[in-house]
Amino acid sequence: MSVNLEPSSSVRSQKVSTLDANEAVASVAYRLSETIAIYPITPSSPMAESCDEWSAKARPNLWGAVPSLVEMQSEAGAAGAVHGMLNQGALTTTFTASQGLLLMIPNMYKIAGELLPYCFHVTARALATHALSIFGDHSDVMACRQTGFAMIASNSVQEAQDIALVAHAATFETRVPFMHFFDGFRTSHEVAKFHPLEDDVLRAMIDEEAIHAFRSRSLTPDRPTIRGTAQNPDVYFQAREACNPFYDAVPAKVQALFDKFAALTGRQYHIYEYSGHPEADRLVVAIGSGAETAEETAHWLNEQGQKVGVLKVRLYRPFDVAAFVKAIPATVKSIAVLDRTKEPGSLGEPLYLDVVTALVEARSRGISNFEVEPIVIGGRYGLGSKEFDPAMAKAVFDELTKEQPKNHFTIGIYEDLTHSSLEWDHTFDLEAPDVHRAVFFGLGADGTVGANKNSIKIIGGETPNFAQGYFVYDSKKSGAMTISHLRFGPRPIAAHYLIKSAQFVACHQATFVEKFDVLAYAAPKGTFLLNTPHSAETIWDHLPLEVQKQIVAKELKFYVIDASAVARAAGTGGRTNTIMQTCFFAISGILPREEAIEQIKKSIRKTYGRKGEDVVQKNFIAVDQALGGLFEVSVPKDKLNGHHRPPTVPDAAPDFVKTVTATIMDGKGDLLPSSAFLPDGTWPVGTTKWEKRNIADRLPVWDSSICIQCNKCAFVCPHAAIRSKHYDSSLLESAPEGFKSVKFRGVEGQSFTIQVAPEDCTGCTLCSQVCPAKSKADPSHKALTMEFIPEREKEIAQYDYFLNTLPLPSRTEIKADVKTSQFAEPLFEYSGACTGCGETPYIKLLTQLFGDRLVVANATGCSSIYGGNLPTTPYTTDANGRGPAWSNSLFEDNAEYGLGFRWAIDKQQDIARQLITKLAPQIGDTLVTDLLNGNARDEASIAAQRERVAALKAKIAGIEGLDARRLEDVADYLVRKSTWILGGDGWGYDIGYGGVDHVLASGADVNILILDTEVYSNTGGQASKSTPFGATAKFAVAGKHSPKKDIGMMAISYGNIYVGRVAFGAKDAQTVKVFEEAESYAGPSLIIAYSHCIAHGYALSRGLDQQRLAVDTGIWPLYRFDPRRTAEGLPALQIDSAAPKAKVGEYLRNELRFRTKPENVAGFEAYAQDLVEKRLAVLQKLAEGK
Amino acid sequence: MNLETDYLGLKLKNPLMPGASPLADDLATIRRLEDAGAGAIVMHSLFEEQINLERLAVERDVESHTESFAEATTFFPNEEDFEETCEEYLSLVGKIKETVSVPVIASLNGITPGGWTSYAKLIQEAGADALELNYYDLPSDPTKTGADVEARALDLVKAIRKEVTLPIAVKLSPFFSSLPNFVSELKNAGANGVIVFNRFYQPNINIEDLDTDSVLELSTSAELRLRLRWLAVLSAQIEGISYGVTGGVHTAADAIRAIMAGANGVQLVSALLQNGADYLGTVLTDLTKWLEEHEYDSLAQMTGTMNLKHCPDATAFERGNYLRILKSWQP
Repeated sequence: MSVNLEPSSSVRSQKVSTLDANEAVASVAYRLSETIAIYPITPSSPMAESCDEWSAKARPNLWGAVPSLVEMQSEAGAAGAVHGMLNQGALTTTFTASQGLLLMIPNMYKIAGELLPYCFHVTARALATHALSIFGDHSDVMACRQTGFAMIASNSVQEAQDIALVAHAATFETRVPFMHFFDGFRTSHEVAKFHPLEDDVLRAMIDEEAIHAFRSRSLTPDRPTIRGTAQNPDVYFQAREACNPFYDAVPAKVQALFDKFAALTGRQYHIYEYSGHPEADRLVVAIGSGAETAEETAHWLNEQGQKVGVLKVRLYRPFDVAAFVKAIPATVKSIAVLDRTKEPGSLGEPLYLDVVTALVEARSRGISNFEVEPIVIGGRYGLGSKEFDPAMAKAVFDELTKEQPKNHFTIGIYEDLTHSSLEWDHTFDLEAPDVHRAVFFGLGADGTVGANKNSIKIIGGETPNFAQGYFVYDSKKSGAMTISHLRFGPRPIAAHYLIKSAQFVACHQATFVEKFDVLAYAAPKGTFLLNTPHSAETIWDHLPLEVQKQIVAKELKFYVIDASAVARAAGTGGRTNTIMQTCFFAISGILPREEAIEQIKKSIRKTYGRKGEDVVQKNFIAVDQALGGLFEVSVPKDKLNGHHRPPTVPDAAPDFVKTVTATIMDGKGDLLPSSAFLPDGTWPVGTTKWEKRNIADRLPVWDSSICIQCNKCAFVCPHAAIRSKHYDSSLLESAPEGFKSVKFRGVEGQSFTIQVAPEDCTGCTLCSQVCPAKSKADPSHKALTMEFIPEREKEIAQYDYFLNTLPLPSRTEIKADVKTSQFAEPLFEYSGACTGCGETPYIKLLTQLFGDRLVVANATGCSSIYGGNLPTTPYTTDANGRGPAWSNSLFEDNAEYGLGFRWAIDKQQDIARQLITKLAPQIGDTLVTDLLNGNARDEASIAAQRERVAALKAKIAGIEGLDARRLEDVADYLVRKSTWILGGDGWGYDIGYGGVDHVLASGADVNILILDTEVYSNTGGQASKSTPFGATAKFAVAGKHSPKKDIGMMAISYGNIYVGRVAFGAKDAQTVKVFEEAESYAGPSLIIAYSHCIAHGYALSRGLDQQRLAVDTGIWPLYRFDPRRTAEGLPALQIDSAAPKAKVGEYLRNELRFRTKPENVAGFEAYAQDLVEKRLAVLQKLAEGK
Repeated sequence: MNLETDYLGLKLKNPLMPGASPLADDLATIRRLEDAGAGAIVMHSLFEEQINLERLAVERDVESHTESFAEATTFFPNEEDFEETCEEYLSLVGKIKETVSVPVIASLNGITPGGWTSYAKLIQEAGADALELNYYDLPSDPTKTGADVEARALDLVKAIRKEVTLPIAVKLSPFFSSLPNFVSELKNAGANGVIVFNRFYQPNINIEDLDTDSVLELSTSAELRLRLRWLAVLSAQIEGISYGVTGGVHTAADAIRAIMAGANGVQLVSALLQNGADYLGTVLTDLTKWLEEHEYDSLAQMTGTMNLKHCPDATAFERGNYLRILKSWQP
């Protein structure tokens, strides 16, 4: 297959670049700023990260100064800092999205109220409502339309860069602050070829006089003024109106700047830009990338003889009615306004309301020139990055042909409750024949996305063609699938939606064809490339029937390569990305083969050059040998002999899992209608057990003969995928073949088994690492060793028997020790956390100890993602149907949210106690007395209280009256509920610290668990106040210059807070003890839990060793501060770790994050050592009661 | 007293120098060593494995997590902001050169020719005055002969010779079947000197954990004897190269013995780890004093005077010595 991509002459003459919009926008914002206040939030973080890196490298702005950045504790903090910077006359910017933007709103009013010239950039993203979504829509920006900020939108990578400049220029000229926004992910993360802006264009656009005027208004004691006064009823109102002329002037000034920009670059924009038939009868009005799709569709419809158009709204605030109506052809008879947000209960969404108002106002002002007054309908599309493609756009245009088109419609979903949705033709597609489309399926870790980004850069940079890439990731942090959508063509690519029909489909992981319908993306007569260990001769017989059928029906050319074998032969290790990339170029013919290989090698040298010539050469060999391993399969058209793809979930799964969850797992969640979901965001728990991911190559194998039954393996497992049980030996009679057991130590007649969950294990090796039992004859052999398992089916049967036939112990047997805690059922299992995650073992332990009475408030972050990201969630229930009740409110409010839980739970218990006291004569005094006294926290008391509550419920069922009915509602609260507040250090130390501090100070009986990875892990490793001195993180590229905040000591200073510092890999018994003591303490508790993380830069299989080193060097002292001890005359603090045995350097040198260039952090090791010693000395004194 | 010595073609003001160890990692210690009178500074070794593994580790531990989750496509700032140990080493070469005026000898530790040897060139470019090659080979493959082991070393020296014009000193273990022949081959392969002998960090067995413990045991003067014998044998027969000694020099008397046996450079590690960097000055003072007391004209006058060629009882270094010692123990 070969594609002929005609060069476009206009591209050749201008400089080009191939980047995503985040980087393109950041480049403009950075060059036009002096101070930048930042805080990470997806999908805007890369802009701040780029600026931070440029600043660290002393890259100057347009005026030769290096912008300085400050990371704040929250977006609210960033907005406050920005406000201060502006009042001091500094050219300032920031970047944010979603909840972060909401936190900036109060300051946005202030900044606009003070007419401070300022432009910041928003990757528009959904807001957390019934659920969190990191993906794109306009809910966030539309929540700011009342702040007084000018709002300007861009629709593509090129536009985002260009309009960023215009927005910066406009704010200086108008004094009105600007919010520039573009679609999160769809635009922010789309990699595309565009024309970058040179400094001279920036210089020509910026009015130096306006900057001078801005500076002259700054707050300075040299010519003092006062701002931020408090005003009374006499003047506030009219003073508020004094800004009107500035707003009135904005639209014309922005248009003038657009015109000036066009003169400089040849790219003309309009504040309201009409595109379509000059005599259109139908019009779509939209903002953002969706407008481009509507425009592309309109052009096609016009080619078919229709008369339609699109009005792209770029300047949304201030809204210029005259300019708006002027941009619309007078012939328009019906208008559909598309909003990418939802305002439940409103008359319509914001743009719709504005358009309706604008038309009415235009009419009343006599500036409306429509031949007939158009009908206006509004509709919602694209929420949370829902696809909006030409088929959907066409459905909207089609709707406008109706006499009574549906108003307040939705498009792109099946809304079957109020039937708002429009139907669309799924087969409709607008891909141009000369645009080459390729879809790649990869595994997160295999480098597919990186190689594809590189291919786009090669094609974009080295050929006259335009290129575009968009990347879709799944919701798991381990074993995740990536889908890359690449387009190449001779004209700028306006298709901002996923590829439905690709001429080239590559599947870089053989197992995916067993799980996903990868060939659904293949166009007829396209090409399919599969990376598989099978040869061209044998592969056919190994394919599922569904795949075979599609290959035949679509007449696909089919190629195979064993890329892993090629990589092994070349010595490049496990990564196959450059090999697959070479095959793509060779098969697609986008570039002449030799040229493609040369370009790939050039990029290999760029990527690996620093790692040494031999690494480069090995990769060159891999590239050279790739084509030798590439074979075309002769497709046996009449031989449809494949096996059926296995069902997504087993038949035993609950109906909801089979109908809803499995559909999402299949990648077909788009097809689910609104009625499939509970309307309030509630989901059933315990669904990860139905998602068998089978991502481990090797599994732990148990040698029962040397096992010492310590249960440490189960303790450290991040995925609850290795478990232990002891049980009556007679049960072994029904055990499946190969089931292993050994005599249970200490109990006659009992057996013991360690069992791996073969389909859920991620192969992290932590269980094998921690295993202390070595063979005496061969100490290299442990009781757990990682091995390749050829017969998984047997292991599956054994796990099923272990789980479902062998009994669990009575909860009263569970004690606060490592061994018995691991006999308790984990009610947090098989999460999508990273392989070898250092956080999840703590959560698993929490559910084992208190899971049946646990209420969890979880701050946004890694733990809320692996805890609550669809399709499946890991919190589950025990045999009685009890288990953790889990919820995530926000990032910043989690401590308060959890305190709310506690307060309400306690109140409900109070009410229950009042009611049983009141109803005692009917219930019986003994039961009531026992219930009132039965609030102890140990397992036996809880079990006894549960029995009493059951008896109570039986009693009150027979009692008449409202009190008895009210008591039924709250009776279960007579059994103690355990309230835990979980989150990472970004929450606990930074954005949520105010709440954490307040909740600790409240004296409430809550437990706060900070899973401390010392960075914002979920958003990609940005520094928090927990980041240690000297560590490199994003936003601390040069190494953090301040010490880690000692949050434990801060809490200790209150005196009445239980504080525990733990590291499960260093001292597991202490970890369990701390959890138990925190829970038993009838006041606030804080646990700071060392959590190794991929953002530390070493193999997580060594995570437990690093935890030990952290403790042995004194970097992470283990302690318990228990205020109860003071009553006994003892010091509250007990240090549980021994005096340091090693220097901190031994710990630091193992992690990439501490290997910053020494010139960045002079004397860093010595300083870190000194810091550790000083902090230990303080702890020592406290422990001695001094 | 003229203590000058020609070591690897470098004119040193005296033969004493700190041996390859972490002593030279800290610029303040290096300054103290120079102030104490060190004739040269030898840096710790950069290991072949460090160079090779580090390149792969970054890819394995950092890059494999990138581009797999929408919320965070990377977890670290750009890679160039991190210091690989190799780069750190190169920058340390430059810093030591800026700090001291005496020659700086860098050290590479490896056994197989390969891409990593290109670091020799980078070390030269970073300003080192000479290069020690620590050939620390533990042959555990039963199919490899002694000749294979030697051939591999010679190939390695040739490969590094191709990379640099710097003087190369090969630091040897005593476990070669015919050291004089091997040393003469090393000279032919381009080595400018040999250092006798490497001390191995030999792991101990932890009988409780059924594991191995890495323990550092400092040398004693008793370990010098083996070095004295081979210095005496080698320096007498293979001329035109320099000899260094390391392992067992704790006092001026030890140093004198080594020099008499043929050493042009004398390295101290354990003595300095025990007594501090300034102790080098004590040894130097004692050495000077001894030479003065014994009315030597210069250190050069003493060098090699007790090697196999000049020693009054050459058999002491040969097999006869064994018999003599045995006899001395007869009751």
